Amino acid sequence: MRIHARLSIVAIAVLAGGSVALADDKAAPKHNLPTSPNGDLVVGLCDGTTSTTVRGKKPGEQLTPAEAKKISDELMAEWKRKNPATGASWDRETLVAQNTPQPGGNRTDTAAHGAGTPGPAGAQPSTGTAKANMATTTQRAQDGHTYGAFTTRDEQIWRASTQAFVDEGNRIFHDAKAVGGTIAVSCDMCHPNAANTHPETYPKYQVQLGRVAMLRDMINWCIENPARGKPLPDDDPKLKAMEAYIYAQRRGVALEYGKH
Amino acid sequence: MGIKSIETKYMEERDELFRKLKNVSRRDFVKLAAISAGAAAAKGLLPPQSFQLVNVAHADEAKPRFSFAYISDTHLYTRQLNDRFVRAILRSVDDVNALSPQPDFVIFGGDLAQLGARAELELGAQILKSVKAPVKMMVGEHDWFLDMGDVWKSLFGPTQYSWDHKGVHFVTLMSVQEKDFWTARKMTPAQRMQTVAGLDNGTQSRFEVGPAGRDWLKNDLAKVDTKTPLVVFSHSPLYKYYHDWNFWTDDAEEVQQILSRFETVTVIHGHTHQLVSNRIGNISFHGMLSTAWPWPYAPTGLPKLTVQMNRADPFSLADGCGDGRFDVGASGAGLVDSIYNLWDRNPVTVKASYLVSNGTKDVPPATKLVSY
Repeated sequence: MRIHARLSIVAIAVLAGGSVALADDKAAPKHNLPTSPNGDLVVGLCDGTTSTTVRGKKPGEQLTPAEAKKISDELMAEWKRKNPATGASWDRETLVAQNTPQPGGNRTDTAAHGAGTPGPAGAQPSTGTAKANMATTTQRAQDGHTYGAFTTRDEQIWRASTQAFVDEGNRIFHDAKAVGGTIAVSCDMCHPNAANTHPETYPKYQVQLGRVAMLRDMINWCIENPARGKPLPDDDPKLKAMEAYIYAQRRGVALEYGKH
Repeated sequence: MGIKSIETKYMEERDELFRKLKNVSRRDFVKLAAISAGAAAAKGLLPPQSFQLVNVAHADEAKPRFSFAYISDTHLYTRQLNDRFVRAILRSVDDVNALSPQPDFVIFGGDLAQLGARAELELGAQILKSVKAPVKMMVGEHDWFLDMGDVWKSLFGPTQYSWDHKGVHFVTLMSVQEKDFWTARKMTPAQRMQTVAGLDNGTQSRFEVGPAGRDWLKNDLAKVDTKTPLVVFSHSPLYKYYHDWNFWTDDAEEVQQILSRFETVTVIHGHTHQLVSNRIGNISFHGMLSTAWPWPYAPTGLPKLTVQMNRADPFSLADGCGDGRFDVGASGAGLVDSIYNLWDRNPVTVKASYLVSNGTKDVPPATKLVSY
């Protein structure tokens, strides 16, 4: 279901934007779709090579949901035929989800909770969840509430997504060019495993800056000074990813904002 | 009074000293300054600072038999790419050349280059030519893993060698061999170098002297009397401090075993970029400072005799870096005191007697700012 939903979105994007699948991403490689001899609509797959012709439909005409699903199914089948060894592992979250045992139900009655592969930062079930599990053995849980009705599979996907974000931060942290440095100095050269970054001590008054600083302010200070790059905007995805990586190295450390 | 910067505090402290000195006659001042400069030099305060007069009371130091200096872990890129690390090694060359009396020799502690490139190593070799005292070279992993030491050896000669100096037997080891992790992964030489250059990159193997290196050491020491004081230089610490950052030598126990029959053994190592001290059996260990950047103390495994250097000020690019000097025989025949010349701070001395007494005597000044 998940795969189909994604492909439908991609297909619609193609319909709306003509032959350019992602108009807002200039860096995306161009997928040159073949033209149909009858001038029919051609829909491309996000792999950049596969496409299919929709007989009897011209570019700009609306597709019904059923027609769109049929097209996405065709494209997916074609992709699978071209990539027999890879199976469905084209998407990290999907791979995780497919390898996760599904005992059924939501997480409060899941015995296999936390059975997935723990990431580098560890992925043990929290004590909060353990307590919740205990609670169900003695007490009936409140129900009729859709919020929180997620499965172990959901949790695995979320964990994998979070880890991917942390991993991206790890990559940037270890790459002098990615942080925008100009003298080949990367963050890890002074902070192996993000040591001595103490994110748990922020916010704090940073004497040398003459103001209260957050972790991102110190990251930017390091980018600007030891690495001699340009500071990143506060909402820069690279800055966020680096924060994610740094925090992920401090699991279990008590928050002590303002500590010097 | 609000918050004062480090610089403001420093200037105020200095002004206070000069204000007090106005009450001293010129003749007395000259005399006092001369005594204090001598005392400061004996304590390794370099370059002479205005507030050395404060330490006059401790002028009764025993004179060392001789001393040698060190420069270590300069991690040079080419000058065009990174002038910061080049300026740092130049500063340490100035420090060493300003030592009076001059050291008998200067040991270079390894990691001259950052990525083992010929241009980096040649730049380092060129800069070190301006050191007045003779320079003894040691190899580090950053010098080695691009071409497995070809350029380094062509510039500086063999990686393991020994010599006798004023009754002490000195040995330089190559302790950063790694078991092949690159062939199976089809890495290029540059990828291999980049992997080893990442301290927290777990893909690489652990450092070791290796069987051939250990055989060479055994053979070298076979002819040396066990009463001869022994000083061994290695890039990695010859003990197991922290595995994940290769603050580690995998065959450390075997090497220690070879050294253990000597009465007085001091191991001096680079790589850790910090003030670190240890004692195992009869072996004392001193780490050397880097000129390029300080490493944080590892989360576990820090030897209990180590008094941490204050954590580095992130706003001062030289803080936590430096060079240093070793005094031989200052506190016992063949024993080595380590003077850490931390830039922009007062130096810290870790005496041989502190390590030999297992931390009961001559305790170094306490850490004011421990690592997080």
